[in-house]
Amino acid sequence: MDATFGFEKLKKGMKARVAAVLNQDPDTVRLMELGLTPGTEFTVTKIAPLGDPIEINVRGFRLCLRRRESDGLRLELVK
Amino acid sequence: MFSVPESQTTTPVVALVGNPNAGKSSLFNSLTGSHQKIGNYPGVTVEKVSGFLDLEGVRVECVDIPGLYSMRAVSADESVATAVIEAGEFGQRPDLLVYVMDAANLERNLFFFSQLCEAGLPMIVAVTMTDMLEKEGKKLDVARLAGHLGTVVVPVVAFKGFGVAQLRSAIASALRSPVVPSVDVGFPEIVTNAVGAVREAALVEGSELDPVLVRCALLDDPPPSVGPVPPSVLVVLEEQRRHILGRSAQGKTIDAQARYAWAAGVSKDSVEVVKAVGKSPSDKIDRLLTHRVFGLVFFLAVMYLVFQSIYTFAGPLMDLIDGGFGAMKDWASAMLSGTPVLQSLVVDGIITGIGAVVIFLPQICILFFFIALLEGTGYLARAAFLMDKLLGWCGLNGRAFIPLLSSFACAVPGIMAARVMPDAKSRLATILVAPLMSCSARLPVYVLLIGAFIEPQYGAAWAGVALFAMHFVGLAVAIPVVFVLNRGVLKGRALPFTLELPRYQMPRWKDVGLSVYSRGRMFLQTAGTIIFAMSIVIWALLFFPRSDEARARYLSTYESLPQEQRQMFTQENYVAQQQLRDSYLGRFGQAVEPAFVPAGFDWRLTTGILAAFPAREVVIPALGIIFSLGGDVDEESGDLRDALHRAKWPDGRPLMNPWNAVSMMVFFALCCQCMATLATIKRETNGWKWPIVAFTYMTALAYVFAVAINWLGGVVS
Repeated sequence: MDATFGFEKLKKGMKARVAAVLNQDPDTVRLMELGLTPGTEFTVTKIAPLGDPIEINVRGFRLCLRRRESDGLRLELVK
Repeated sequence: MFSVPESQTTTPVVALVGNPNAGKSSLFNSLTGSHQKIGNYPGVTVEKVSGFLDLEGVRVECVDIPGLYSMRAVSADESVATAVIEAGEFGQRPDLLVYVMDAANLERNLFFFSQLCEAGLPMIVAVTMTDMLEKEGKKLDVARLAGHLGTVVVPVVAFKGFGVAQLRSAIASALRSPVVPSVDVGFPEIVTNAVGAVREAALVEGSELDPVLVRCALLDDPPPSVGPVPPSVLVVLEEQRRHILGRSAQGKTIDAQARYAWAAGVSKDSVEVVKAVGKSPSDKIDRLLTHRVFGLVFFLAVMYLVFQSIYTFAGPLMDLIDGGFGAMKDWASAMLSGTPVLQSLVVDGIITGIGAVVIFLPQICILFFFIALLEGTGYLARAAFLMDKLLGWCGLNGRAFIPLLSSFACAVPGIMAARVMPDAKSRLATILVAPLMSCSARLPVYVLLIGAFIEPQYGAAWAGVALFAMHFVGLAVAIPVVFVLNRGVLKGRALPFTLELPRYQMPRWKDVGLSVYSRGRMFLQTAGTIIFAMSIVIWALLFFPRSDEARARYLSTYESLPQEQRQMFTQENYVAQQQLRDSYLGRFGQAVEPAFVPAGFDWRLTTGILAAFPAREVVIPALGIIFSLGGDVDEESGDLRDALHRAKWPDGRPLMNPWNAVSMMVFFALCCQCMATLATIKRETNGWKWPIVAFTYMTALAYVFAVAINWLGGVVS
């Protein structure tokens, strides 16, 4: 069973881990360069009033990104 | 004395590099003070900020390179920045890099540092935000960090001036004896082995390969060339590449993972957690300011204040400037009354032209004051966060909100404000649609025509609706325009939208002041020159040809007019009307009349539109002259409204009706009759291509809509 999911499922306060990198397109590579490498954990700290973008806390800093521009990464839930 | 490399005998260049929001600009301001100039890199829209600093009597050029997350550029802007660093394109290759490293965000800053090391340039590190780190209950061990990085590390808190003197002397000594740091991020064995194998294969063939380049050739996609090597080496390279990547082709993942593993290690070793701290004040403020209800209310309030400031508060200052130039005109007019041509050149050309430039200063300064304030406190990023969804779907992003909102007051500061957008493609799209927003210069046209043709016929309520609707025409058209621009016209890919919400802080007034000053000066120097030159040209087109014989002819025609016609206008106004009709611009208006008849405009309205090229509101005095009322009419003028009502086509039909009044308003809503806007686009995009594109597409849209509305009017009534 595949327990991974995409950024569209994230809710405020959720803690997730980068499970897999699906491709190497520039958007996805940029996310890795910003620290979202496989195995990295992050928490969702804010969701904009209109549902997007979202802000996450990753590697000690806050990063806002759009859900649909992050679909090159698959996530898993951290309990 | 500095050791000066042979290749350059000019001023040494020091480049400030680092991630966005690492405190580069603040440090740059502290280093260079007000000795800075803002320009563009040749041929591109990317802003070049440079300045000079005096180090122990030696002049050093300091360049503030736009913030980067990675040496692997995604957007055009980033390519320019990396080209400046690596190849010294657009000028000299820097002699020294000062890496500005955010201590409170060490891992990501170290990632980029590890890439920069491979550029092979001398580099020292200025570490910022140590005060922020302490607020988080952590402490940076500078000596340990320096040990890991293999270069000098100087802690600075720019706005307090702390560490700046030390940094200056570190720069001076690094220029004297440069150190090129190199770090071993510890790539997986499979990668290092492969690099070794490829280099060995090359050595056998007698060529030495750079290990960094070989690694990139193994991991990157598409792989860079390793240079001219025999085919046997390429075979080994291809083999090893397949061996590492398999079918996954995740070379960049391997690269990023290795660097971040190194960065996490260095960060852990250099930062000590002193005490645990709870939620920061910033988080508490953000709970409110990004809240789904209160956050939006606060946002609207802030934007209302910004908009009101440029729309209303700038008014008295603009009136003052207007009054000042008016007095100057009266004075010059009296001084030069003996020489009519010179008088007109000075009064209607030169003074009007300078006035047309200076009049924009209040709005520009006020807007950039607010932008610097919002940026300095950290709220600008929140505004972009809140608005991104609203603007994102049509291809813009949250950062476009302020430029577009400002454009409802005036497109000139609005276009300049598009600088808050780091991405070239979205910035250009924003610049190109900003002039469609209904600016305050369109208001007089709406007031005149609604007052003359809508209000008398349909009442005040509909007049209000019409005025309100006119402000939406441009916005409604802008959305499909952005769509088309992003799909078909603008090349290159947009950056993925990423944003950091920096911690809230008190604005640094010095930075705010510098920003207002440099934007104001930049406008006067560059856009101002163009606006002034165009003013003179338009003046000449309206003035010439002019002769005493012609004047005598107009006077005798006036005398021969029937009495009841002569009662309607004075001799002077009649002469002025005739002179305008026979001027180059007036003749041009008559020549192109056939093209504008479908829109419901005769040569008089057409000439009015043409004469309004310097600025839309100029159409009012132009129509005043054309209808023999003199140039001293305003949009509330009953005489001008009457004249428009009375005007007829040659066949006796009334010239205007509500339909072509609307068609004229829509024409003004969509056209780009504003040379200041065009000059500013030229300044901001660093070339004539985009102002020409903007003028052409807007004029075409304006024409098509005007014709369509007039046609509809003919069908309906």
